[in-house]
Amino acid sequence: MSTIHVSVTVNGERREADVEPRLLLVHLLRDTFGLTGTHIGCDSSNCGACTVHVDGMSAKSCTMLAVQVDGREVRTIEGMADGAALHPLQQAFWDQHGLQCGFCTPGMIMQAAWLLEQNAAPSEGEIREGIAGNLCRCTGYVNIVKAIQQAADTLRAVDAPAEPATAG
Amino acid sequence: MIPPRFDYARPASLDEALQLLASREGEAKVLAGGFSLLPLMKYRLAQPGLLVDIGRVAGLDAIEEVDGELRIGARATHGAIAGHPLVAARYPLIREAAGGIGDPQIRNWGTIGGSCAHADPASDWPAVIQALRGSFVCRSLGRERVVAARGFFLDVFTTGIEPTEVLTQVRVPRPGPRSGGAYVKLERRTGDFATVGVAAQVQLGADGRIAEVGLGLTAVADAPFAAGDAEDALRGALPTAEKFREAGLAAARQARPTEDRHGPVDYKLTMVRVMTERALRLATERAQANG
Amino acid sequence: MTDVQVRTTTTLEVGGMGHSVKRKEDPRFIRGKGEYIDDLNLPGQLWMDIVRSPYAHAKILGIDASEALKIPGVLAVVTGADLEKAGLHWMPTLAGDKQMVLPTHTVMYQAQEVAAVVATDRYIAADGVAAVLVDYEPLPVIVDPKKALEPGAQVLRPDRGPEKANNHIWHWESGDRAAADAALAKADVRVAEDIYIPRIHVASIETCGCIADWDAVNGHLTLHMTSQAPHAIRTVLALVSGLPEHKIRVKTHDIGGGFGGKVPVYPGYVLAVVASLTTGKPVKWIEDRSENLQADSFARDYHIHAELGATKEGRITSLKVKTIADHGYTDAAADPSKFPAGLFNVITGSYDFPDAFVEVDGVYTNKPPGGVAYRCSFRVTEAVHAIERMVDILAHEIGKDPAQLRMENFIQPEQFPYKTPTGWEYDSGNYPVALRKAMDMIGYEDLRREQAEKRARGELMGIGISSFTEIVGAGPSHTFDILGIKMFDSCEIRVHPTGKVMARIGVQTQGQGHETTFAQIIAEELGFPVADIAIEYGDTDTAPYGLGTYASRSTPVAGAATAIAARKIRDKARLLAAHLLEANPDDLEWGSGAFSVKGSPDKKKTIQEIAFAAYTNHPQGMEAGLEAVDYYDPPNLTFPFGSYICVVDIDRGTGQVKVRRFVAVDDCGNIINPMIVDGQIHGGLTMGFAPALYEEIAYDELGNNLNGTFMDYLLPTAVETPAWETGKTITPSPHHPIGAKGVGESATVGAPPAIANAVVDALWHLGVRNIDIPMTPQKVWRILNEKGVAL
Repeated sequence: MSTIHVSVTVNGERREADVEPRLLLVHLLRDTFGLTGTHIGCDSSNCGACTVHVDGMSAKSCTMLAVQVDGREVRTIEGMADGAALHPLQQAFWDQHGLQCGFCTPGMIMQAAWLLEQNAAPSEGEIREGIAGNLCRCTGYVNIVKAIQQAADTLRAVDAPAEPATAG
Repeated sequence: MIPPRFDYARPASLDEALQLLASREGEAKVLAGGFSLLPLMKYRLAQPGLLVDIGRVAGLDAIEEVDGELRIGARATHGAIAGHPLVAARYPLIREAAGGIGDPQIRNWGTIGGSCAHADPASDWPAVIQALRGSFVCRSLGRERVVAARGFFLDVFTTGIEPTEVLTQVRVPRPGPRSGGAYVKLERRTGDFATVGVAAQVQLGADGRIAEVGLGLTAVADAPFAAGDAEDALRGALPTAEKFREAGLAAARQARPTEDRHGPVDYKLTMVRVMTERALRLATERAQANG
Repeated sequence: MTDVQVRTTTTLEVGGMGHSVKRKEDPRFIRGKGEYIDDLNLPGQLWMDIVRSPYAHAKILGIDASEALKIPGVLAVVTGADLEKAGLHWMPTLAGDKQMVLPTHTVMYQAQEVAAVVATDRYIAADGVAAVLVDYEPLPVIVDPKKALEPGAQVLRPDRGPEKANNHIWHWESGDRAAADAALAKADVRVAEDIYIPRIHVASIETCGCIADWDAVNGHLTLHMTSQAPHAIRTVLALVSGLPEHKIRVKTHDIGGGFGGKVPVYPGYVLAVVASLTTGKPVKWIEDRSENLQADSFARDYHIHAELGATKEGRITSLKVKTIADHGYTDAAADPSKFPAGLFNVITGSYDFPDAFVEVDGVYTNKPPGGVAYRCSFRVTEAVHAIERMVDILAHEIGKDPAQLRMENFIQPEQFPYKTPTGWEYDSGNYPVALRKAMDMIGYEDLRREQAEKRARGELMGIGISSFTEIVGAGPSHTFDILGIKMFDSCEIRVHPTGKVMARIGVQTQGQGHETTFAQIIAEELGFPVADIAIEYGDTDTAPYGLGTYASRSTPVAGAATAIAARKIRDKARLLAAHLLEANPDDLEWGSGAFSVKGSPDKKKTIQEIAFAAYTNHPQGMEAGLEAVDYYDPPNLTFPFGSYICVVDIDRGTGQVKVRRFVAVDDCGNIINPMIVDGQIHGGLTMGFAPALYEEIAYDELGNNLNGTFMDYLLPTAVETPAWETGKTITPSPHHPIGAKGVGESATVGAPPAIANAVVDALWHLGVRNIDIPMTPQKVWRILNEKGVAL
């Protein structure tokens, strides 16, 4: 079996592996690198449970080959918290009950993180459109939307500490 | 769902990619974003022997206006196109279509060239580019040709592109004043492939009549097509609801949908008419506002 | 939520009932540190993948595994013939039927397991599956259960013997046929309708899977798996395999959604066990989404004919229902054994009338097993859909407002406990208040005015109501069992010397938040802070026996067991406190997590002090320690209820239905955690909305599943899912120790008829009486077109 050497920066750390060309990125992350926070929920790039960032862009890692990310930067749910300090999105999902079984949650958080990088103050409609590629079977999305709104408020407050807090 | 084995190459230049395609003609496929091809491979419905990954080939993702036309590099993603200021300013039809393809992650990685070359009969771009009377640049070793979008889409997953060619660029003429475009898509659910998608580009004359019009339809034939009879019916006419209905009926006569989970044939034919009317109405309103 | 005051007796720090305590399980999930089955890998582990039939009905002429076995890394290909040698090719279902593990001669549905490939790697196993050649001879296919019942129809299950040479599985009935007939004959108004509720699939985002780990040295099997009912699985495994039950350990991990789909025993689990027994190594099997959607058990598939009788004023007098239940090729439903049609006879709903009769016939077809839940207590969704549709049809038929007709027919609060004509005793309810609250929240009268104006302009707007009664918490041991095992549930609590608590429960969370809510029950009863209480479940070696989590039974049954076990501990704590305070136990009073001497509040011992004494200073003659177990046998089921109102707008061009607003007022009795209850309702509503408008597993005449991927099985996204508006009323269950009723499924049960009623309400004036769900654009457009109102 011919393999290809890949070198990927995952959550800031350089990781190397020899992989079959057909190895899916999600399996590289989960099975080769042991980062099992990224999940698989479908085969057809519909559910978004496998969402990670590749070079800062959210991607469905079940529909990308490991060899395609050679030399690129990948960020997964495991790279979101800063040590013990949760990322504002992680905190917000917890605060707002934005998860139940937790299976879609890492993908949902990664997609929300990308969304907030594009749009720091999304409307409810923009949030719903922004997570249209991520299916959740438990929450009915209500509290996920609230969580993303909370995180947006928190992140804006961090970015602009001089402004008075507006969160209610 | 695991794809079968294949060889993989990631050329640094377009010429290198073209050489690979030529050397493994017939069994090599170009990999761009992968969001069209990889699902088929996971279901083992496509089994290419070699994937030529053009993801690192420089110069394939530019979006620029040259000689009065918009030139979109084949590897430009749907998201990059939707968010490009030039597109936002002058090509509302393209922006509207690009912003509604799949879902955000798919728009981040799926490319216009990959989508057009893949030619899913329900994909959005082929309808849009035909409505705009655009063209495709196809490169093979030592040869480059520009092919009109109308006539390029031949059948299910089949285009006029040769196995040794790479689609490198999409070109669309710049619309003038009093023009407007709209892309309307009937989906069963957000992110679904279209039941019917209609792209309309309307050019009004100074007299308020329709000077020129482009209509592209997807998901209602073996390949997306331009609704020429409907265009003929509209050209020179006042943009009225009755005229739009007549055009919708003409478009439906040209459609050849098949029954599937999206609906039976009579439903789809009616939806061609309804969505054509809506696209024309919206495009005309925008053209009128673009005086 | 628009709200009633939820009562609390503890501080937020203690976090007893009524507090929106943040979930204790979340820190691992939000960091990606949950442990779902595919996250687990064992040393030396092999992989299994499954060859499946492309045909819905076919003879297997031969299986050629030679090419597969040539692939480096493919270790074995297991076929039905291999299993037959060990008598393992059939297994019992939870409903007392039997199911193939692998076929020896005939496949009975598309995507049925045909062979298992064992390999060293996930990818190689998949290659092995692609390389196994199976020679089939297609047979005629029966997909329509009505055709399956016709005389002369081919017999799909000849294994049942010559005395059962048909496709009829069972007949079940409830109520008084003669009385219902007589009442119908006398009724001023009779409305009848055929209502089909299609096959749907729970489609939890995590599919099913397992790792079977056979330890040949110790003769011990560990099965790590996605199960909502691990104890029952252990018992079934012992019965099937002959392994002694104490040498079998079933262990669940985090489960990515269950909704009923992770109750049955699927062939894949058994095949992984066989593969591990054969190879002596751990074997992992993880379904992919297509396998999940095509081969796992399904819900619904009920063909209902209902007839309602009433006075001319609209007072309901009688109901008669005849139903055909399509169970696929085997009855693998997980219903209690005396209830082959589940609790479908709760179909008299929230209404007070004397006569009803319900009958159901189970039928075999060439489909995978049906009849498991889709986030609902045993067939309650089917019942609620039928009665709520029929009540709406009656209201429209006699020209009465559907809200008014419901108000006039509701069982009134003073009638509880209420005995229904089909034999249930509703424990409590206050239906008029819930409906009125929903009407006020949504502005019902204004909406009716808006609808009239829009109708005059030719616009199609509809308002739909559903005032449902659920029946959950199975169930009392005199009536409820599965495979003979009574449907009690359990809790074991141990208080450690330093005042920290470990509790183990017989139910299994799949996202409901048991680690939090069960800790809150203990916090309420004993005063320990929630932070000091750990809840464990899902390991049959350690957790007390229980029937698991489905049918909204966790809080009604195991929640009760938890409260009772805690009270046993409190009883002992009283004796310990009396010893410490040198007082008479009867002179002590309990409050704020401490026992104090009546009239001398300063003389008190906190529960933490008492816990320490239980190990360090217990009185002579008393056992050391502070722990208790309870196996709770509920005296009755619980009956959550609610009223939902939905507003829809219909696109006359495309037939698309848009849910503009949806108000849900729920009553689940006393509330343990308002935040979690609202979350359960949001999710339940979405799983009611989904089959109303989007989801269906359909088959063509050859038995091909037409919705076998997420490209065609359309789970709602955040975009079309309505922004749910929720409200509450609280009517505690009088027989439940903490007055709770269960809430996980109410909304899934109650929502579909509200949406269906709204769509029909928009179209009734055109002569539309019923539209079966899912109300897809093509289906609605067809009706608009027939009625001449399509644009």
